[in-house]
Amino acid sequence: MYDVIIIGAGVTGSAVARELSRYNASVCVLEKCEDVCEGTSKANSAIIHAGFDAAEGSLMAKMNVRGNEMMGKLAEDLDIPFKRNGAMVVCIHKEALDGLKTLYDRGIKNGVKELRILTREEALELEPNLSDNVEGALYAPTSGIICPFLLNIAMAENAADNGVDFRFNTKVEDICRDDKGIWHLRTNNGEYKARYVVNAAGVSADVIHNMVSENKIHITPRRGDYCLLDKEVGNHVSHTIFPQPTKLGKGVLVSPTIHGNLIVGPTAVDLQDKEGNNTTAAGISDLIAKANDHVKNLPMRKVITSFAGLRAHEANHEFIIKEVEDAPHFIDCAGIESPGLTSCPAIGEMVGEMLKEKMSLTEKENWISKRKGILNPQELTLEERNELIKKEPAYGNIICRCESISEGEILDAIHRTLGARSLDGVKRRTRAGMGRCQAGFCSPRVMEILHRELGLPMEEITKSGGRSTIVLERTKGTNGGEA
Amino acid sequence: MERKELTCIGCPMGCQLTVEFDREKEEVYSVTGNTCMIGDKYARNEVLHPERTVTSTVTVDGGDKPRLSVKTSGNIPKDKIFECMKAIDAVRVQAPVKIGDVVIENVCGTGINVVATRNIHLL
Amino acid sequence: MISYDIVIIGGGPAGLAAAVSARNCGVENILILERDKELGGILNQCIHNGFGLHTFKEELTGPEYADRFIQKVLDLGIEYRLNTMVMDISEDRVVTAMSREDGMYQIQAGAVVLAMGCRERPRGALNIPGYRPAGIFSAGTAQRLVNIEGYMPGREVVILGSGDIGLIMARRMTLEGAIVKVVAELMPYSGGLKRNIVQCLNDFHIPLKLSHTVVDIEGKDHITAVTIAQVDSHNKPIPGTEERYTCDTLLLSCGLIPENELSNKAGVKMNPVTNGPIVNEGLETSIPGIFACGNVLHVHDLVDYVSEEAERAGASAARFVQADGKIERSENVVKLIATDGVRYTVPCTIDLNNMDELQTVHFRVGAVYTNCYVSVYYNDERMVHIKKKIMAPGEMERIMLQRNRLLKEEDLKTITIKIEAE
Repeated sequence: MYDVIIIGAGVTGSAVARELSRYNASVCVLEKCEDVCEGTSKANSAIIHAGFDAAEGSLMAKMNVRGNEMMGKLAEDLDIPFKRNGAMVVCIHKEALDGLKTLYDRGIKNGVKELRILTREEALELEPNLSDNVEGALYAPTSGIICPFLLNIAMAENAADNGVDFRFNTKVEDICRDDKGIWHLRTNNGEYKARYVVNAAGVSADVIHNMVSENKIHITPRRGDYCLLDKEVGNHVSHTIFPQPTKLGKGVLVSPTIHGNLIVGPTAVDLQDKEGNNTTAAGISDLIAKANDHVKNLPMRKVITSFAGLRAHEANHEFIIKEVEDAPHFIDCAGIESPGLTSCPAIGEMVGEMLKEKMSLTEKENWISKRKGILNPQELTLEERNELIKKEPAYGNIICRCESISEGEILDAIHRTLGARSLDGVKRRTRAGMGRCQAGFCSPRVMEILHRELGLPMEEITKSGGRSTIVLERTKGTNGGEA
Repeated sequence: MERKELTCIGCPMGCQLTVEFDREKEEVYSVTGNTCMIGDKYARNEVLHPERTVTSTVTVDGGDKPRLSVKTSGNIPKDKIFECMKAIDAVRVQAPVKIGDVVIENVCGTGINVVATRNIHLL
Repeated sequence: MISYDIVIIGGGPAGLAAAVSARNCGVENILILERDKELGGILNQCIHNGFGLHTFKEELTGPEYADRFIQKVLDLGIEYRLNTMVMDISEDRVVTAMSREDGMYQIQAGAVVLAMGCRERPRGALNIPGYRPAGIFSAGTAQRLVNIEGYMPGREVVILGSGDIGLIMARRMTLEGAIVKVVAELMPYSGGLKRNIVQCLNDFHIPLKLSHTVVDIEGKDHITAVTIAQVDSHNKPIPGTEERYTCDTLLLSCGLIPENELSNKAGVKMNPVTNGPIVNEGLETSIPGIFACGNVLHVHDLVDYVSEEAERAGASAARFVQADGKIERSENVVKLIATDGVRYTVPCTIDLNNMDELQTVHFRVGAVYTNCYVSVYYNDERMVHIKKKIMAPGEMERIMLQRNRLLKEEDLKTITIKIEAE
């Protein structure tokens, strides 16, 4: 039996897990997929929002601003790249200029620092590729960009290093509470018991919540299509460029990514299917049209991949982070849509403190606050790199040519805490396969490494767990001579 | 008499050829649709004696590579392609292997050998 | 820093032929850098036959064609390093390379020959909507898995794109017992050779659907089905023409892109049409002493032409080294212009003082033309007018220019190549 079970190993679940790992408590994270970061956390805009969007006084606003504040130190502690590149909300209609002021005022009330309203000229000076129609912009220097995979992976790794158990391929199918107040979670991998449960199930948080409560909630999967552009055009803009927000959200943004690509998206389409993360032709052409409204000469011929993610949209557009009224010791983290990525450290902190108080948890003496990332040889000098290769020859063997990822980095990704077990697992940890050839070159080579290091037959190596195997069987002649 | 439609492979034109012929008598009566003599020659061979080169791989033991690529050293009758593949699938060779080494002699009674197309060194 | 007279980036057909040619021109100190564990490049996985008809007057398989050149490299004692990735090339020809054995190191090259080849256009660049499951491969990746590693991706296959690699893989997968259900091609014509359409598709009754594309991919973990639809003249899918095929494998054969990351790092000027460097008559790029040949320069359909082009680049590099890099550039430079159906030319400029007696110019057309003329204009005067029964984008074309003929022309500034109806 665990003190706390967290359902879901996305950014929310992993942030809560990391916070709880500070305390003397047994904690377990149950994740239905084969790795962390498999749902909403893996397909989003990768923006650390400043906090001027969320309604004044809302929990969302509070978490956003706090999360943004925390991100710098967190990224440092977890050894992941993070940059405050600043965001601009661009107005292209004179009559809508008032809207910038409304956003500005809201931002100030929410506690966002350094906000400024720019004239057309100031905006163009900062960002020459803005649309010719720009009339003015709201400028938020505290807005940033991050790698959502690495943030998620690093928080989970750090939690695991501090003793949190992670159970993958484990889907919660039913939850009930016995007369002693212990929660029983039935899964495809047996039953788990806990004193407290944290529901961080993303788009499925309603399904989990509704297992234990009569006060039903509904999470709508809201699909967003994205295009990712080649690094060659990654500096088309240097800030994150938003249109003015509408009821459906913050609209189609254009932004550099932390790794130097350019991202365009998302669209917003409400769905029934909680796994409906397929892109559509209509979605892609819609976002190309919209992105061009605010940024000119967008080089959409340089798209290297498109993908779709699902936001966990709750009807009131507000985070639900609280103990469920008719389910004591069951804590919801539901409706965590944008700015969920930004807010996750703050959500972790809030839930951590909530449980600390409820459970009278004491702090560990030997809590490890820092995590060492996978070494990036590209940051080394030639001499340093040479030394490294002499010690570890695998760092001299480039596997992914587009992103220059060496075998050494891939071995680290496989063998570290909560290591990679699939092509996507390797990709999210190292970027191997994320470049312009989209793994055409390196996937057979990464498969060979996974095969060798994990002792898995080639036929069992997957793209992302489950039934996503890559090769089916040997070619016909392989057993030749034996028949 | 039979009539058959073919696409000429002589050049990018890809002329649509119509051939009239008698399989029993091994006689071609007419070729139409071609715009040059390459088409005529191609059609006559293709209807009476269509032939192909087959390429595949076989398992190799003890070598620096897991698979050895092979080919039929000349064309074999088109209707023997799958039979030939069966014969190739049944073979297992030992390293080392040199380009041109015979892997199967007289495959499927065609008089043609299956030969190695790569060098495989001992591991 | 170690130094070599000529450093050749890539040990595929282009790099091998360039090395042999440079050595035959008298340069001793040559180094080939190859990222794979053997020489030969992509030819090693092209186990089908049809290579070398022009060069060797016989039909070879890919590995056999490569081996002919590898033997020459070995016989000539040309140095090469395997498992070596070139990380950077500077404008002054310092090559930074890396391997397990040698670590990271720099080489000062007298001349550099770029011979890195090309890569396949991935799904992402095609904007195919749908899920992103396992079971989607570029045709070349599948070719490697089947022919080199000995693994089958699946048993029920749909292929998008009728490029030669896709056609070859249709036959290869069929011979291995898979069912290839359909080949869909976006364009109204196939980019593949007629011979491959007949012998890889028709022989096995595999349908080729022209003007069709994939409009949906199903399967959350692994691909389970694709939907293809006919497209209109703007390549937009026509509603109501959708057909669904269940499958466990989708192969993409939708074009090749020259691999010029290193050329860009060196600062070589690029041609946006070929995605390869802009070169002069000696296949020298905008940076003196850096030459390019093969698929990194422009995508070829015949390896024989790659070898031939690489020989030219190797000879030019040798000449550059032997002149200590002091090759006079004359004022006498003619610009080649591709227009009216001709997409590009290689080279882009010809220095009349430096050119050979005979200059090959390669070009490609942008659409299928029947019963047309290739015309060559010296300045504004039509000097060449060749009747062609057919020209297609998939087939590289060439014309030869004679130096003494060009020198006779007064004040020659441009040579224009175009397609004319009459």
